[in-house]
Amino acid sequence: MNSTTHSRKNKIKIWAVAVWLLIWQLVSMWIGQEILLVSPAAVFVRLLELVPEGEFWRSIWFSLVRITGGFFSAAVFGIIAAGLAVRFRRAEEFLRPFVLTIKAIPVASFVILVLIWVPSRNLSVVISFLMVFPIIYTNVLEGERQMDPKLMEMAQVFSLSRPVRLRYLYLPQILPYFRTGCSVGLGLCWKAGVAAEVIGIPDQSIGEQLYNAKVYLDTPELFAWTIVIIMLSFLFERFFLWLIDRVATILERMR
Amino acid sequence: MREQTSPKRAILEPAAIEIQNLSKSYGDHTVFRDFSLSIPHGTTTCLMAPSGAGKTTLLRILMGLEAPDEGRIVGMEGKRISAVFQEPRLCENLSAFANIRLVRKRRLWERRREGREEISCAMEQLGLGGCERQTVREMSGGMRQRVALIRALYARWDVLFLDEPFQGLDRESREMAMDYVRRSSAGKTVVLVTHSEEEAARMGHAVHLAF
Repeated sequence: MNSTTHSRKNKIKIWAVAVWLLIWQLVSMWIGQEILLVSPAAVFVRLLELVPEGEFWRSIWFSLVRITGGFFSAAVFGIIAAGLAVRFRRAEEFLRPFVLTIKAIPVASFVILVLIWVPSRNLSVVISFLMVFPIIYTNVLEGERQMDPKLMEMAQVFSLSRPVRLRYLYLPQILPYFRTGCSVGLGLCWKAGVAAEVIGIPDQSIGEQLYNAKVYLDTPELFAWTIVIIMLSFLFERFFLWLIDRVATILERMR
Repeated sequence: MREQTSPKRAILEPAAIEIQNLSKSYGDHTVFRDFSLSIPHGTTTCLMAPSGAGKTTLLRILMGLEAPDEGRIVGMEGKRISAVFQEPRLCENLSAFANIRLVRKRRLWERRREGREEISCAMEQLGLGGCERQTVREMSGGMRQRVALIRALYARWDVLFLDEPFQGLDRESREMAMDYVRRSSAGKTVVLVTHSEEEAARMGHAVHLAF
């Protein structure tokens, strides 16, 4: 099955979304209390009210910069750490307990711990970094381990230079693993980053808006911000994966 | 694809690759013990032995891909090597042209298209004319093996190692490939591993190995 067929099969159908919205609307009407389950129409109206407000965009900007900042740093450090780990056994041994610990610790524990050391406005950077780093590290390391040893021997026999090895042997074999890691990490960094903001409540962040909506029992706003987070996460994931695919295509064309 | 060896270099070169008292074992299995052989430079030497006797292991030691348990190799110092392995070992996502060009270092002033004519000519000789831009993953086993042969001879090399390079080729392709290797490597050091008497007779002088 090729990737086009696969992506077509995985596409969300509009009719399915419409049915789900209809079910939501009907259940909301049946319950009859907006505070318990708000209707999609009310959420949409609240979202339209939020969009022209300056604070809406300031909150998005605040969280976007920090969460994506955490993601990019994790991607860079994850690649470097995986590169070191595959070359030096000691580096891999040194990093293994660190990565396993980060994977095992719940986000809430991390948030409270990090709040002791870091100001709340930078909390989401650290949390999204900690969530993404092990994923990128593990995936890239796995990609490096799965590289074809026969091709490596070929490179040795023909004394291929480091840039040639990197461009023609390492990149094509590691890029799919990196892409999978990014796909998983991108969704997780938004979930964990916003959760951290809800606990840390930095000023003018998406987390603060969610927290206020909860405190004032403003269910339509809570849902509206949730939709904003889903859309941001989706768009950022799409953009970043498109960027990776673009790089892969350019590299293919350069052959 | 031949390169001229300078007279000065020829004088300094040892007359042969000397395999001295080589031993190699994998666990309890001894591949060879105290094995010695002299492979003359400037000719094609065909190493022959039954399947599983250790020919490939010997070739891997000569190429520096494996270390012997004991013994040493003399006469390979500073030599640029090239090889055709039993499998083509090509980059699947690259075209035949890109795979071949990969092995020759491109200098700054050389253009991207450099070598295209030479490669196209070689591909033509091996019945692969017009396949330069074809991705290797779309090629048959026989086509890949021929691309691997062209790549090995396109590289800048002093010693060429061929590990059963003609297997998997049909009769016509094998004839073309043998002629091509002979023409392109005349006067140079080639070590060919084969178990075909016919191939050995066509390519050079046969050495029957008894490990």
